[in-house]
Amino acid sequence: MDFITKLLAATIAMGTSLTYATLGEIYTEKTGILNLGMEGTMLMGALAGFATAMATANLYLAILVAMLIGGLLSTIHAFLCVTMRANQVVSGLAITMFGTGLANFLGQRLGPASNNYNLVGMNLPSKFDNIAVPLLKDIPILGAFFDVSVLTYALYIIIPFSWYYMYKTKYGLAIRAVGESPKTATAMGLSVPRLRYLYTIIGGMFAGLGGACLSLSFTPSWNDGMTGGKGWIVIALVIFATWNPGKAVIGTLVFGGITSLQFSLQAAGVKMVIPTQFLAFAPYLITFFTLSVMTILNQNRKGSFASPSALGTSFAIDDK
Amino acid sequence: MKKLSVLLVLLLLSTTLMFAQGGKEAAPAAAGPFKVGVIYITSPGDMGYSYMHDQGTKAAEAYFGDKIEVIRMENVPENDASARAMEQLIDAGAKIVFANSYNYQDYMLQVAKENPNVYFEHCSGYLSNENMSNYFGRMYQMRYLSGMIAAKMSTTGKLGYVGAFNTPEVVRGINAFALGARAVNPKATTTVVWTNTWYDPSLERQGAIALLDQGIDVIAQHQDTTEPAKAAIERGKYAIGYNADFRSVVGSDNVLVSPMWDWGNYMIPAIESAMNGTWKSQAYWGGLEDKMVHLSPISPLVPKDFQNVVMAKQAEIANGTWDVFWGPLKDNKGAVRQEAGGKMADDKMLTMDWFVEGVIGSVK
Repeated sequence: MDFITKLLAATIAMGTSLTYATLGEIYTEKTGILNLGMEGTMLMGALAGFATAMATANLYLAILVAMLIGGLLSTIHAFLCVTMRANQVVSGLAITMFGTGLANFLGQRLGPASNNYNLVGMNLPSKFDNIAVPLLKDIPILGAFFDVSVLTYALYIIIPFSWYYMYKTKYGLAIRAVGESPKTATAMGLSVPRLRYLYTIIGGMFAGLGGACLSLSFTPSWNDGMTGGKGWIVIALVIFATWNPGKAVIGTLVFGGITSLQFSLQAAGVKMVIPTQFLAFAPYLITFFTLSVMTILNQNRKGSFASPSALGTSFAIDDK
Repeated sequence: MKKLSVLLVLLLLSTTLMFAQGGKEAAPAAAGPFKVGVIYITSPGDMGYSYMHDQGTKAAEAYFGDKIEVIRMENVPENDASARAMEQLIDAGAKIVFANSYNYQDYMLQVAKENPNVYFEHCSGYLSNENMSNYFGRMYQMRYLSGMIAAKMSTTGKLGYVGAFNTPEVVRGINAFALGARAVNPKATTTVVWTNTWYDPSLERQGAIALLDQGIDVIAQHQDTTEPAKAAIERGKYAIGYNADFRSVVGSDNVLVSPMWDWGNYMIPAIESAMNGTWKSQAYWGGLEDKMVHLSPISPLVPKDFQNVVMAKQAEIANGTWDVFWGPLKDNKGAVRQEAGGKMADDKMLTMDWFVEGVIGSVK
């Protein structure tokens, strides 16, 4: 029991960052914009958050700046994809390359003079620590959910809210309409460009926040490329969650859980039948599997499993 | 409109490339100081592996003064680009070129053959040529001493080790650590977690957390960031650093000690011999006797008299009367790997793919 509780605690701690970025990407993709710039956006968020916290010792201000920077980077993506109608894949990749390069560049210039202006090797004055809820934290297994940081507690509100917003409000309906059929949405009187801008920027803000979860809480430090490909896992997680904000958390727990499990088994001295190298890429195998299963399901049952129909396409009112 | 967007994307990409190169250009060739080219896998700002190499380069700069000029290339990928980086350095006038990562070696060999008048120094590989040497240090000696300290400070006798890849270098380090631990506490165990990455702050920390969750109270590591150590310290446990002096980087005495590199002590004589024409190709694997490796200052939490015990062992290694892999040695399945009385041959150490007694885990 204790083994599972600790495993879950480790999974939640790592998964918080992934969950924020996944929610962000869902908002963006639901309006039909694919943002492959998540890796670069998360890294810039991690950097902006860490640099702000180092300079001001204010963690909440750090979160705010991380979100602003994330939003700013995705504004570039929105401008290229919505206004300029550029290829979304190319633009997203460019954002990731730009964001990673810029973050690593700035990381060695925004530090204090005493450390040669380097942020690497600096320690935060304080970080987002875990706060335990009395009694609740002692529940077997589920107690792991009640000894987490503020950033994770916030998700307990944001996830259900996002699900409600997406499926039970007219704003959510507008998002889905724009992502499914921009033409119909326009006919309904919605401004497709405006909504796509809005939710691409919001998605970027979530990604920036996800990055800051790493640099301000889970691995409180700045390291070159510290997101380590999480921005790509996010793209897979969105598919895994079938573009449903409510299910985003399941994907995070499964993906994070496999990683944590393989470490826990090794640490417990369990004879590994499956090589650790295999387990390291197992989450991606699950993505292949999910994709295949969903494709089959889609052939029989239209709707809820499918990606937004207009995902990856640009739109103008005078399109044929 | 479409054209403009393509232009914008191109602009974004080219700015990225500029940042990726770190804005550094090789200087044009000119007569004057002896030119030394250095190629790093990451940026020395990583405070890890390349940082320690750059400390060596800086030691050489301090030693030679204006008699040498160093041209650095950072973040050079381990592919064809590294060959071009070497050629650029040679075009800029470099007479000796150092490269600090394993997979540069094939490219370096190829460039070395094409440039017989330039000397090449490759760190951590095994290839060589008339004008190319390879060099590395016996870090395992320091791992042994750090294992002694870890076992002394552990209350549970359960030690953990976050390892990157199951290469002989890492396996050797784990074995040396476990042997050092058993020399102090014959019941000490060293549990290994593989991360399958040299560098990933999140995964490194997760590996450490999994070990700590099992009641392990000292975390050692063969990884490039301080995250495993920090995970241990945040829980009030102990850590053993690596590469740099983690006790000063992390700012906690719970970092008991850090095994460290001294690349300058190889680079300085190598540059000197290249300057005066006595350079010779070699496969160099130096240890404490050559000051290639050393221990950081030990944490004040470690009792003074025990620090003296560690220093006495260090002296034995330094004067060559004893070395870490000294027979008899059994692996963790009970098979004898080294007969009694004598130290293990270098080639057996360089291909090590088994764990000694006391290690919990599997190499594969």
